[in-house]
Amino acid sequence: MADQRYTRRDALAVLGGVVVAGPAAAAAVTGQEPQRRQGAPDSLVADLMDPTRAGKLRARVTAYENDPVVVGVEEKIRCTCGCNLSVYTCRTTDFTCETSPAMHERVVELMEQQKSAQEILDAFVTQYGESVLMAPPRAGFNLAGYLVPGILITLVGGALALVIVRQTRMQAVRRSAGQADDARPSASPPGRPDTDEQARIKAELEKLGM
Amino acid sequence: MTILGQISLWLALLVAAWGSVTGVLGGMRRRPELIQSARRTTYALLGLLTVASASLLTALLRHDFNVAYVAEKTSRNLPAVYTIAAFYSGQAGSLLFWAFVLSIFAAAAQWLTPRRYEPLMPYVAAVTSFVTCFFVAVTVFASNPFERLPFTPPDGNGLNPQLQNPGMVVHPPMLYLGYISITIPFAFAMAAIISRRLDTGWLHAIRRWTLLSWTFLSIGITLGMWWAYVELGWGGYWAWDPVENASFLPWLTMTAFLHSVMIQEKRGMLKKWNMSLITLSFMLSIFGTFITRSGIISSVHTFTQSSVGYFFLGFLLLTALALGWLLWTRMPELETEAQLESALSREASFYFNNLLFVGMAFSVFWGTIFPILSEWVRGTKVTVGPPFFNQVNIPIALALLGLTGVGPLIAWRKASPQNLKRQFAIPVAVGLATAAILAAIGYSDFYAGMAASLAAFTVTTIAQEFWRGTTARHRLHDENYALAFARLVGRNRRRYGGYIVHLGIVTYLVAFSGMAFKREMEASLKPGQSTSMRSPYGQTYTFTHVGVSQYERLNRFVTAASVEVSRDGERLGIMSSEKRQYVDSFNQPQFNPSTEAAIRSDLREDLYIVFAGSVAGTEEAVYRFTLNPLVWWVWFGGVILVFGGVVVMWPGAGPTRASLRRALPGYAVTLSAGGRDG
Repeated sequence: MADQRYTRRDALAVLGGVVVAGPAAAAAVTGQEPQRRQGAPDSLVADLMDPTRAGKLRARVTAYENDPVVVGVEEKIRCTCGCNLSVYTCRTTDFTCETSPAMHERVVELMEQQKSAQEILDAFVTQYGESVLMAPPRAGFNLAGYLVPGILITLVGGALALVIVRQTRMQAVRRSAGQADDARPSASPPGRPDTDEQARIKAELEKLGM
Repeated sequence: MTILGQISLWLALLVAAWGSVTGVLGGMRRRPELIQSARRTTYALLGLLTVASASLLTALLRHDFNVAYVAEKTSRNLPAVYTIAAFYSGQAGSLLFWAFVLSIFAAAAQWLTPRRYEPLMPYVAAVTSFVTCFFVAVTVFASNPFERLPFTPPDGNGLNPQLQNPGMVVHPPMLYLGYISITIPFAFAMAAIISRRLDTGWLHAIRRWTLLSWTFLSIGITLGMWWAYVELGWGGYWAWDPVENASFLPWLTMTAFLHSVMIQEKRGMLKKWNMSLITLSFMLSIFGTFITRSGIISSVHTFTQSSVGYFFLGFLLLTALALGWLLWTRMPELETEAQLESALSREASFYFNNLLFVGMAFSVFWGTIFPILSEWVRGTKVTVGPPFFNQVNIPIALALLGLTGVGPLIAWRKASPQNLKRQFAIPVAVGLATAAILAAIGYSDFYAGMAASLAAFTVTTIAQEFWRGTTARHRLHDENYALAFARLVGRNRRRYGGYIVHLGIVTYLVAFSGMAFKREMEASLKPGQSTSMRSPYGQTYTFTHVGVSQYERLNRFVTAASVEVSRDGERLGIMSSEKRQYVDSFNQPQFNPSTEAAIRSDLREDLYIVFAGSVAGTEEAVYRFTLNPLVWWVWFGGVILVFGGVVVMWPGAGPTRASLRRALPGYAVTLSAGGRDG
């Protein structure tokens, strides 16, 4: 992916690194020497003034870091450092974490052994248990996790639909009964509450001592 | 000064306990002196908690490191704004902040509520005082911000770097304001049910409070997403983390309540449901604090863990039992006043809207606590991450998006086929056309395509409503279109403000669906070296590493890596991502180095660059480049949503005539003594 294009800026950076930053940084970062040798064979790139304050030092990106299979697997497994993030998110976000890069290395190692994505996931489950997966496998008790919300919503929705149908039918029956009543001479004058209503109001007034 | 704070807290505890008792007794026995005392208690609490809060702020600003909380959360070189924000950054301070803000809301409720709701007010004072008493008790007995150390350290530990962000200055208070202000509608609901005044009067009294809580929660959640996006550096804004879920839960139930309350106001239905929803929202706001503070579920947002969570669990159980008992004993008064007349009615659509909101809240809650359940049942803790939540919640969200278009246009009581045809013919056609166009251009993600099609349908329903209303005014009142539009919204703020809120929700959901097309890659680059990446829109971004510089700032040492960015050959500028090593006033490192992403936003996508680290201490840098489509629209959706909320809340957009009539004495099913609150 990387376009190996060298420009005048590149040459200046190399020159600047050697002439200006190099000697000063070399004096300041003796403690970093082992890492420097390990990760930077190219001595023409300038050193940082104080690498100890630049966060954890990184190795160069390899093709595996952007491999869709590796990324896909790492998005399905949880970093065990306690951050609650996937290995991919943790290793590309929390650059102080030691766990996610190690888990990434393990994924790469298994990839190099020609393991499929599922076999890699299985290997992690064997090593760390089910909790290493970002979502529980759809089997046994875990099915409850996936299905209970949907089943409940469906059941309650069904019950609600039944109630609505029942209520609307009852309303229709009442309406048609009301229309039949309207056709007959009224028992009480219009605007007066019916008998049930009068009894209810009387009971309420008695309760209030009025 | 802290001794004053300590004394104020103890006095507040006693006064709050007094107010809880006198409020209930005064209300039940109709003793004016007790009622007056309960009301004054709320003002006294405001005074005492203001003194306590001022004491803590003074200790923070004076760097009194003998106070354990000050030493733990601040340092001498911490910028003043974050020193003030440290008030609510830690557990002890946030509990005091909660009690203080609640005392403001409680006093405002007593001060601002119209006299017609007077019979409810002693109970409201009792409930707010009881909740304040709980928070002050937790503060005094379990997490006291005024606790002193046996020695005075020369400097404090400083504030967690992730909290040193402008988003964290405003996000927690907004979320807290949302959580805390739910107490006021809850207090009115409790007042109504204790006093058996179960007409719609209490609903009118809480209308603005409910909207206020919901708006604060919306702002808080949106700012939380923004903070996570700019600060946490993982390139997303929502990870279904337990603490994020905890803030989302009361928002969902409050949104359900805002809809179902309309049915009670208009038709006198769903009384028990509304009472339960507002209590559930209150309990979920407490649950949010329980999750954040107990550490029972691990979260990236859990900055403190302690035993105070169990105080909250006890309080939650007590509230649930109290509501259960009150509902049981008041069942006859909560009977519905009307029945549904048709399955094709707005009431029925609101029933399903509530089912989906509460169903979604349940599924989020279920997913959040499922690891604990699994551990109880099987002895195995499982992880429930974004794949689970997306799978369960995206279909529900899409169904809600569709109902957002249907609900407001369908007629009350009973919709006729003519009504349905008139309202939905054009929107359905637009929705289907959108789906067809997306299928034709090969839109690859099913859910994103569904979201876009349903959004087109819903936006058309909203536009149609605005258009019909405006043209009707234009015809009837001979107003020009701009004036007709302004008056339409201004004179029907509740209805059209609601449509604006719906527009905000549509914008959110479409913006969320953009993340289905996210692109990302890592690269290590030497100065001058380039790499390129294709965007989901087919353009090519080229990144050229400029170099890495290091320099000091007020309380940190910065390592900044810069990249020159161009798109399809056009130079867009230089972007710098940083590693920050925070230091104390003696220049000693505090915390691990943190990462600051470089973000370039436009309407189509965000370019998100993270400096992952230096290769072996040189200027060769490892970067993560991410292209996030439509992120700008998430923030804009938030703005629309809040604007709509403000339009609805704006004074003058009062209750409907039908609901006012229902609140008149004699209209309610149950007549009650002193039923003057009409």
